[in-house]
Amino acid sequence: MKRFRTHLMLCAGTGCVSNGTFAIKEVLERELEKHDLQDEVAVVMTGCNGFCAQGPLMVVQPDGIFYQYLTTENISHLVEEHFLKGRPVKKLMYVPPGEESPIPELHSIPFFKDQRLIAMRNRGMIDPDNIEEYIARDGYKALAKVLTSSTPEAVIQEISDSGLRGRGGAGFPTGRKWDSRRKDPRTPKYVVCNADEGDPGAFMDRSIVEADPHSILEGMAIGAYSIGAFQGYVYLRMEYPLAVKRMTFAIEQAKEYGLLGDDILGTGFNFNIDIFRGAGAFVCGETTALVASIEGKPPEPRQRPPRTTLWEKPVVINNVETWANVPVIMNLGAKWFSEIGTETSKGTKVFSLAGNINNAGLVEVPMGITLREIVYDIGGGIPKGKEFKAVQTGGPSGGVIPASLLDLSVDYEQLDKAGSMMGSGGMIVMDENTCMVDVARYFVEFTNDESCGKCTPCREGSYVLLEILNRLCKGEGKQGDLELLDELGEAIKDAAQCGLGQSLPNPVLSSLKHFRDEYKAHLEEKRCPAGICKALITFTIDDEKCKGCRLCSKKCPQDAITGEAKETHIIDQDKCIKCGVCMDVCKFEAVLVA
Amino acid sequence: MSKIKPEDLDKIGEKIKRTMLLREGSYRAKVTIHMGTCGIAAGARKVMSTLLDLIEKEQVKDVILSASSCAGLCSREPMITVELKGKTPVKYVDLDEEKTMKIFQAHVLDGEVVQEYALAIGSERVG
Repeated sequence: MKRFRTHLMLCAGTGCVSNGTFAIKEVLERELEKHDLQDEVAVVMTGCNGFCAQGPLMVVQPDGIFYQYLTTENISHLVEEHFLKGRPVKKLMYVPPGEESPIPELHSIPFFKDQRLIAMRNRGMIDPDNIEEYIARDGYKALAKVLTSSTPEAVIQEISDSGLRGRGGAGFPTGRKWDSRRKDPRTPKYVVCNADEGDPGAFMDRSIVEADPHSILEGMAIGAYSIGAFQGYVYLRMEYPLAVKRMTFAIEQAKEYGLLGDDILGTGFNFNIDIFRGAGAFVCGETTALVASIEGKPPEPRQRPPRTTLWEKPVVINNVETWANVPVIMNLGAKWFSEIGTETSKGTKVFSLAGNINNAGLVEVPMGITLREIVYDIGGGIPKGKEFKAVQTGGPSGGVIPASLLDLSVDYEQLDKAGSMMGSGGMIVMDENTCMVDVARYFVEFTNDESCGKCTPCREGSYVLLEILNRLCKGEGKQGDLELLDELGEAIKDAAQCGLGQSLPNPVLSSLKHFRDEYKAHLEEKRCPAGICKALITFTIDDEKCKGCRLCSKKCPQDAITGEAKETHIIDQDKCIKCGVCMDVCKFEAVLVA
Repeated sequence: MSKIKPEDLDKIGEKIKRTMLLREGSYRAKVTIHMGTCGIAAGARKVMSTLLDLIEKEQVKDVILSASSCAGLCSREPMITVELKGKTPVKYVDLDEEKTMKIFQAHVLDGEVVQEYALAIGSERVG
């Protein structure tokens, strides 16, 4: 490879790509050429950097300077100033909320400096389409070590000792899962990577596949060796075209290098991986539905036990993040890994931090970190100085955790105890203007829509939950509705067939537990305290505060606001559609909602 | 690409390790080329490309190049600052290709400051 003095690590994760990374790359290359810098400065396309909210992003190495919000318009200036004249451009740097001076270097930005990368160790460091860059960062070393000097039993022992648990949500001990499949006498055996990430607001798995596909392939090959499998599948959803593309290419490259296929690394071990493209039903992420889908049947969960099989043969199914952890554990040892985290939850966890949070993006943190540290130190707190209200972990299967539990340690047990779950790692932060009844309604609407319909508790239960929540939001709640939600929720938990059904009442039950007053306000006072449920709120203008600037009347899409300049304005309630635009534009906080 | 053996992994890694080190921001020596308008006009680009060639030719892994703006002494350009990790930075002035090569060999690789081309040892106090 040619020697360049500077590498521009341009983020090509889905977030940045949809904000125009490829167009920026073109302009960047053109501008570099204009200044005759094309032989000194290289542009490298990397996987997701993690700080998605600030995209498109670029990190300049070796200086480590982090640039954000790039556009095709500001590239010419950037190239001339920084790469020709050596003057880093301040206005493209990250400025922490509420502060004025920018932080030039990535490793000094709070969002990055408190993270610990294991599963995402190569993010932003390598070109995911270049297998040699993965190899240069100790890639496939663990596989070589395992194949040349470890027995399958020793590998399983190492994984068991590390304390690694499934990162897809349930947290089942990985070593124990592998051990039971190894001992199963039936052959052939299979390994599967579950990359059917379907939670709203979750994008951890997609990002790992896009940024570092070989880490998954290496993990799967190690798993296959340990259980005695010759065939693996990556179950990847079609909605992730970039991930499909990168994974397809990575598999081809690995085969070309003899790292997949027959006689891997000349050791006589054969293992092949194919991609299975899922058509995007939420239920396909459920283990038994996923195997049914690979078998070509309708993706419906099966009763367990007996243990999940693929074509009635033993199969190990692990999530993307779990597989990505495996090579690191084999390289650095179980002891090293087990020293990170808490008593029962070892290592790190990747979360996609989204919602009302300043630094939205992808974070990998050691288990045992508190929610407060994630929300305030890494996440930078709530935008516009608003109050934190709750955080939803575990997506539609998880629950809401209120401010009083912000110091909760993030591990499998503690989250469970709080009525939520680790889940695959979605983390949605909500501010004071979020209605918890509406949030529960949103998640139940999602699970109701995605329910496969096989079992009654999930199919009908979610429908009835939704009906009750809808009427509460409309102010049409009936006496006994809250008790019914509680009772029905518990019944669904007990009776639904698969994990998705059993966990679907969590958003309702946890919000009822922590925010019961808000439910009561909807039911008894026909009032939405957060000012969200349209049927229960009215917008009015405070005549003391209104300056008569006419801004709201100009912006109102319904022409519902009247009033002369410099006189108090009035909202015509018959015309008002409660969109809230007047409130957003008012500079004097004169628009009230109640 | 033919199928590889376990020992080939290190070879492949070694081959592009220099590239990867650059991305990790770890280095033993850093050479800053002052590329203000004055520096560029006086031939800083030639100095830069000379250094790039030397690094390539000598297969050096732990030296990084950085461009910075005008150092304030426009009449003595082209200038570079050589900084070995843990040592005081040294500024060199009035450079050309030949001097650059000598500095690279003596100072960057062997750690001996080339007194005859050096302007000063150390940098100005900032703030």
